Amino acid sequence: MMNLIAKPSKANIKTYVPIGLFFVSLSFLDVFVNAFFNLNLMGFLPSKLNYFLPLILGFIGFYLIRIEFSGVRFLDVLNKNINSNNLNAILTLFTIFIIIKSIPPMLDWFILEANFAGNSKDDCTGDGACWVFIKVWFNRFMYGLYPDAEQWRINTAFLILFAIVGISFFVSEKLKKYFILFLVFVFPFLGIKLISGGSFGLEYVESAAWGGLSLTFIISAFAILFCFPIGVILALGRRSSLPAIKYISIGFIELWRGVPLITVLFMSAVMFPMFLPDGTFIDKLIRVLIAITLFEAAYMAEVVRGGLQALPKGQYEAAKSLGMGYWRMNALIILPQALKLVIPGIANTLLALVKDTPLIFVVGLMELAGMIGLAKTNPKWLGMAMEGYVFAGLVFWVICYAMSRYSQNLEKKLSTER
Amino acid sequence: MSLKKLNIENKKIRNLIPQALTVLALLSVIIYFATNAQINMGNRGISFGFGFLNQEASFDITFSMIEYDGSHSYGRAFLVGLLNTILVSVIGIFFATILGVVVGISRLSDNYLIAKVAEWYVEIFRNIPLILQIFFWYFAALRALPLPENGISFYDISFLTIKGWYVPKFIWTNFNIFLLSVIAAFIAIYFIYSYATKQREQFGKQIPTTIISLVTLILIPLITFLFLGVSLTFEYPVLKQLSPTVFTYAGGVSIIPELIALALALSMYTATFIAENVRAGILGVGKGQKEAAASIGLNKNQILKLVVMPQALRIIIPPTTNQYLNLTKNSSLAAAIAYPDIVLVFAGTALMQTGRAIEIISITMLTYLTLSISISIFMNWYNKKMAIKEK
Repeated sequence: MMNLIAKPSKANIKTYVPIGLFFVSLSFLDVFVNAFFNLNLMGFLPSKLNYFLPLILGFIGFYLIRIEFSGVRFLDVLNKNINSNNLNAILTLFTIFIIIKSIPPMLDWFILEANFAGNSKDDCTGDGACWVFIKVWFNRFMYGLYPDAEQWRINTAFLILFAIVGISFFVSEKLKKYFILFLVFVFPFLGIKLISGGSFGLEYVESAAWGGLSLTFIISAFAILFCFPIGVILALGRRSSLPAIKYISIGFIELWRGVPLITVLFMSAVMFPMFLPDGTFIDKLIRVLIAITLFEAAYMAEVVRGGLQALPKGQYEAAKSLGMGYWRMNALIILPQALKLVIPGIANTLLALVKDTPLIFVVGLMELAGMIGLAKTNPKWLGMAMEGYVFAGLVFWVICYAMSRYSQNLEKKLSTER
Repeated sequence: MSLKKLNIENKKIRNLIPQALTVLALLSVIIYFATNAQINMGNRGISFGFGFLNQEASFDITFSMIEYDGSHSYGRAFLVGLLNTILVSVIGIFFATILGVVVGISRLSDNYLIAKVAEWYVEIFRNIPLILQIFFWYFAALRALPLPENGISFYDISFLTIKGWYVPKFIWTNFNIFLLSVIAAFIAIYFIYSYATKQREQFGKQIPTTIISLVTLILIPLITFLFLGVSLTFEYPVLKQLSPTVFTYAGGVSIIPELIALALALSMYTATFIAENVRAGILGVGKGQKEAAASIGLNKNQILKLVVMPQALRIIIPPTTNQYLNLTKNSSLAAAIAYPDIVLVFAGTALMQTGRAIEIISITMLTYLTLSISISIFMNWYNKKMAIKEK
């Protein structure tokens, strides 16, 4: 009898642990059966008690198995990580209950009750998601309104890109340089020519027809390409000793950073044409690209400035004492080190850029999110917002998560080299 | 000597040339744009000016915190949009801070499950574009809510429906007196704090300031209720039938779904960044600090309050300010779901009606610039206050 009310300790481990584990598993079993089979095991109890029973059982169970230095490895790990005190035990129980409870409805919606086969909304009979919607519109979500017959051009452009990037990982250092130069200075313009057409016997496809995920990639790629050098120059300008250049840079950076992107896009759409001579027309896509590039360049500049400021003064002095001029010093000594310091910041800016691309809906261009907006208002496909946005969210999430993981790896790799 | 002088002259000239060129280039671009704009506006028969702000706007706004209808001016419409922007930003900042702090602390929890859940919350919501999250809440999640006649009821005083969230309306009498009493309470608390600090520093006396100030905060406004004729009643939303199939709620305040979706998305998205800041801040406080505090006999709460938090806050505040700024700027995405913020009302509808692109876009951008700069000035001041004071 004394043994049963004593505090759980190594002395009574033989009685307490089995009872505790039994209580804990009973509480999980109750929630599990309730969630998956809609059965209430403890239905005979009064309703309030029945409701809190899993929590009470689990709490008692966790209390009983909380034995310090039990000598059993499994028990020690368990106690240390999820059961270190009463509060942690309750938090653990809540977390596990919520996870168990939310699995069946999620599973139902995503897979079990969802519809995969068919070609129209009428084929969606289940309560779950209507993935038919995504299947039917998939082509549009990827290529926008780009003509079906010409889509091989987009595919080719991206395939060449991936091929070059892939090959450049395996070639020698010397060749790699030329691959990168080609990628940065030649390929973007070749690719855009291939996609827009108008020469070499390729049919011209106006930029208003571009869209979907491919447009997201095109805009992101070009904006990244241009915003990086502009950002570096602005950062150098802000740190310049020449007052005029310094203050112009500061003004430029702070202007873009102080306003939301959406107003910048508005400006490029309605205000910018007013500033051009009557009759000149700049393509909408190009205007948007300029707007996004300048906007993100300002953020890039601040990130690069952080790196420049973090470098010890000795680096500048050493470079100067070797007789280097301003540009040589920055290109060979300062920037390589400063940029390495701010890789996380650069990655974050590029991530923000990719996440900002859906905003081009403001000027009527439709990338992935915009195409979903278009598809869900199609009279034949009303009520498909959930499927569409979950799909778009997943696609963007995969892209952004991959980018952030890559930058973390890059950071690790470069920091060990130092 | 002459050589040296020449060298300096050279350097001066060398410095002057790029600056002069830059300024010249900038000026010529500005002049080029300005002349084009003048010609273009001349062709369209409009002249630059802000007189249109006094003209009648003649469009309605779905949600306004001040009195507004079509007969008011464009200037008034601008104000409505601005207030709506500020409203959603303040709500967003409030919830993002709470959620961010909770998630950030949870990520450091010694409970493995809680830490993992918090980590995945951050990874998921940070890597999905904000605009998609807004669309998700607005077009998918909130559209799944029931119609007014079967709205989700919270104890019959508040109803959540597809048309919005209906909450009781506060009806005050003598609200001014109440407001003054609250201000008075805060002033009193300020004096209590400074008195307590003085006592502590001079005589080492500990005064329980938290309890005293709580009591003050409750007591002084309570007096106004009891003796000064302040009273508060609630107007509850009541279901009303408009036609056999259409129902709505009369009375109370309706929080429109656009505002809910926007506030939800903004706070959940920004909270991930704030959580990372909080985590970095707490991790940034050296272990030795905690151990030193424990060794002089402070208890766990005192360590957190007196040693860890003041130092962590210093790391947390600057990047969090940036997040507040970002949230304010991101609130402009409201235009995508037709929440009547400044971009939708002013840079959208008003621009469409007047065609004054240059004036309206400039005003809008200047407004955001002012908002950004004022938040950063306030935060700089706060930062300075929190900075280490070396004695």
